[in-house]
Formats: sequence, structure tokens, C-alpha cells
Amino acid sequence: MSGSVLFDAPGPRTIARHRLYTVLTLLAVAAAVAFLLFQLQSKGQFEGDKWEVFTTPGYLETILVDGLLNTLKMAAGAIVGALVLGVLLGVGKLSDHRLVRMPCWAFVEFFRALPVLMLMIIFFSAYGITRGESGAFWCVVWALSLYNGAVLAEVFRAGVLAVPPGQAEAAYALGLRKTQVMRVILLPQAVKIMIPAIISQCVVALKDTSLGYAITAPGLTAIGKPIYLEFQNHVPVIFVLGAMYVGVNLVLTGAATWAQRKFVGEKKPLEVAMVGETDPRSI
Amino acid sequence: MDVIRENYQFIAMGFAHTILLFVIAGIGSLLLGTLLAALRVGPVAIMRRTAVVYVTLVRNTPLLLVLLFFSIAGPKIGIRFTWIDIVINTGWGQIRMTNAFAGAVVGLTLYTAAFVCEALRSGVNAVPLGQAEAARAIGLPFSGAMRHVVLPQAFRAALPPLASVQIALIKNTTVAGTVLVVEAFYRMKLLLNDYPADRWWIFGAFALVFVVLVEIYSLVAHRLERRWRVA
Repeated sequence: MSGSVLFDAPGPRTIARHRLYTVLTLLAVAAAVAFLLFQLQSKGQFEGDKWEVFTTPGYLETILVDGLLNTLKMAAGAIVGALVLGVLLGVGKLSDHRLVRMPCWAFVEFFRALPVLMLMIIFFSAYGITRGESGAFWCVVWALSLYNGAVLAEVFRAGVLAVPPGQAEAAYALGLRKTQVMRVILLPQAVKIMIPAIISQCVVALKDTSLGYAITAPGLTAIGKPIYLEFQNHVPVIFVLGAMYVGVNLVLTGAATWAQRKFVGEKKPLEVAMVGETDPRSI
Repeated sequence: MDVIRENYQFIAMGFAHTILLFVIAGIGSLLLGTLLAALRVGPVAIMRRTAVVYVTLVRNTPLLLVLLFFSIAGPKIGIRFTWIDIVINTGWGQIRMTNAFAGAVVGLTLYTAAFVCEALRSGVNAVPLGQAEAARAIGLPFSGAMRHVVLPQAFRAALPPLASVQIALIKNTTVAGTVLVVEAFYRMKLLLNDYPADRWWIFGAFALVFVVLVEIYSLVAHRLERRWRVA
């Protein structure tokens, strides 16, 4: 339902009222921004030495290489892991064999219901703690792979089920075996439907890499701590890091929109069942 | 196993904080998210744009950064919650709702509201066209049509995505543990430090409670969804 259905074309009195609302909203937003700027100004947050660090080449390199690059590396590792796991679990959940289906189902339910942070900390305690920075790095990658893999398993399953049933029937009629039908016919078509959902999961994974902060993994959020401890510029650090995350994620979202247009068209995006929901379509 | 038996009060108090965070931020984010959704489908262009900017910015920022803002940056520019100081003494330990807790609640509310808004907007999109047209035909203004006709149906249609958002909120409360709220995750970390040998028992116990909480919530949501299904 488009927005314009919800209200009539405004008459003269309504137009006047909407003008009033517009002015009030502008005033409220301006007041909020002014309050923020005033607080920043009066607490001395605009002083040059609080922002200087972001133009110093040495620190800039630290932020971009140790921070952004590591964040992107962790996100990329997590996405690759999640995709592999997601395909395996998604296909596993569609299996005809109870012995394959049930463990996959339990695995997905468990890892979707578990906070990623807890997964990271237990991996860190069991494996990463003795291996320093690289240990923490891999703990983040593993935790995010497991969580996002469980989420993507549902996406894959829904994607395969969304392929018109005639496709599989035709493939069986040609004499293809079950694995071939899945590999040659269903998965390639399903991937096309799933691309937007997969890319928005990339945004989730990228945002979640910041949780590595809790286990001293490298990354954009973690790099903030030594900077604000050294320069006492907590506010600028948070703003700059936030802007960097938003920037990277908007690029990713832009890619998702582009991919949606190119591969899916204006079809309805895939809807995925939530945790613990019994999907009537599931076998 | 002994570590769980000896520390069950400590663990339970951690989950008390988790559940309090969830309930307060859950209600707050539902209210704020509904307001944002109404702004986003409303007739005033500038309100729509404000809501869009807010939702886009917040959805693309990591929750940890939002919470860090309220914990370390906010106090520097006068955003403090020191006036909130509720300590409830129970037999098993204290429930402390102080400035760290309040900051976490505000951060979680602001963050989750953006996702609630998106879920509700998908619900508004699912309401059949004729419903809104009929509401307009009997002369309801935008606010009346939203309140009496569209939003009640949108809520029902949006129940599955709303439940997903709230389940994400349950799990996201653990992030508050990194900004000094002594909730379940923080207590698990303390226990892991004190009893490193029993780490799998500790992890198993906390994981089990989280899985149970999430499954209970999704079961309730699923039943509500079936009862409230739009014809």
C-alpha cells in the first residue's frame, strides 16, 4: 500500500496545517541539533587537538589498516564461512533423511537463538585466549560464521522452496538424480532469489564484527579505545567510527539494491521464518 | 556442574537484569518505532524525511557503538543518567538500575526502534488497499484512519517480523554487558574468569537459558499470530 492511499489530496486548511507541522518538525530537529552542537561546543569538543588525530597520517593509517581493513577481513571471512555453512545446513534441512534433517534443524535453532557475543567469549576462553590478537580475530570469524550460517540456512531453504516445483519435477523427469537436481537446477535458481537477503546479512555480519571489542579482537571499534584513552576525545572517536560504519554499510546496501534490480526485478523479497517458528512448508 | 549449583543465585540475578533490559527497552522501542512508522507513511514530507534519515543512520551503526556513545561519550557532553538510581535488594542479590543500566536501556530503545519501524512499515504495506480507501471514504482523517483502521491491522500483519526484532533485542541485551551493566553476559564472563576449567558447563547453562527465553517468546508470538490472523 503506497503512502498516498492513506490520505486524501490536502485541501487549503490541511495544506496550512501541514505547513505548520513542517515548521514545527524543522524547529524540533533544529533544536535537537542546536542542543547537540551547543553541548559539544561548551564542553570543548570542537577543539582542534581532539580532531587532529584523524588528520595525522600515522593514526589515519592505524585507523584504516588496523581498523577498517581488519573489520572488512573479519566480515569477509565470516560471510564466506556463513555461506558454506548456510548451503550445507539449508540443503541438510531439506533432506529426505530424518537423520540428516534433525541435527541440521537443531543446529540452526541453537545458533540462531544464541547471542553472538556469548559465542565469541566461549571461543575466546577455549581457544583464542592463548593466541593473542590472531586468536581473537579467528574467534570473531568463527562465531559470526556459525550465527550467520544458521540464519542463511533458513534463507537458502526458503530460496530453494521458492523455486517453482515444476522445475524439480522436470529435472526428475529427465532422469537427474536428487543431488543433481539440487546442484544443477534448484540451487542456481534459488541463489538468484536470495541475493538481496544474503547481502543484507553481510551488513549484519559487518556490524557484528564490532563485538570483537569485548574479546580484544582488532577492528574499527577496538581501534577507538587506544585513541580515546590517549587523546581523551571520546565524542569525536565515536562519531567518526560511527560515520565509517554507516558509510561502508550504505555502500553494501547500495550493492544490494543494485543486485535486487539486476537479478530479481520487482518481485517480492524473500520472507524468512523466525526462530522457533514451525514453517508449514517444511518437510 | 558444581559451578552452576554454587552460583545459581548469581546467574539468576544476571538474567533478571537481562529480562528487565528486554522488557523496558522492548516497550520503549515499540512505542518509538510506531511513532517513526507513522511519520514515515504520513503526509508531511519533512517528517517522512526525518524518520528516513534516523532509521538509515541507526540501522547501519553497530549497536555496540550506540551503547558506547551513551556510556563513554554521552557523559562528556552532558548526556547523563545519574539521576536514575534504583537498587532493589532481593534475597539473591541486588538488582541495580543505575546510570549504566539507564544508558543501556536508552541505547537499546533507540537502536531497536529503527527496526520496529521497518517491521511495522512492512505491516502497513500488507494492509489491503480497500481498507484505507474505505477509511477515507467515511471521512476519517489520516490520524483516524491510522489509529482505527490501518495500524491495528498492520500490527497483526507485522507480528512475525516484530517478533524477530524483539528476539534480536533479547540477544542484543548481552551487548550491554560490555558497557558495565552486570547482566547475564557480564556474569558469564566473570564466571569464565573464575572457573576456566568448567567453561563448557558455564556456557551450556547460559546458552540453555537464552535458547529457552527465545523459544518461549517465539512460541507466544506464534500463538498470538495465529489468534490475530487478519482474515
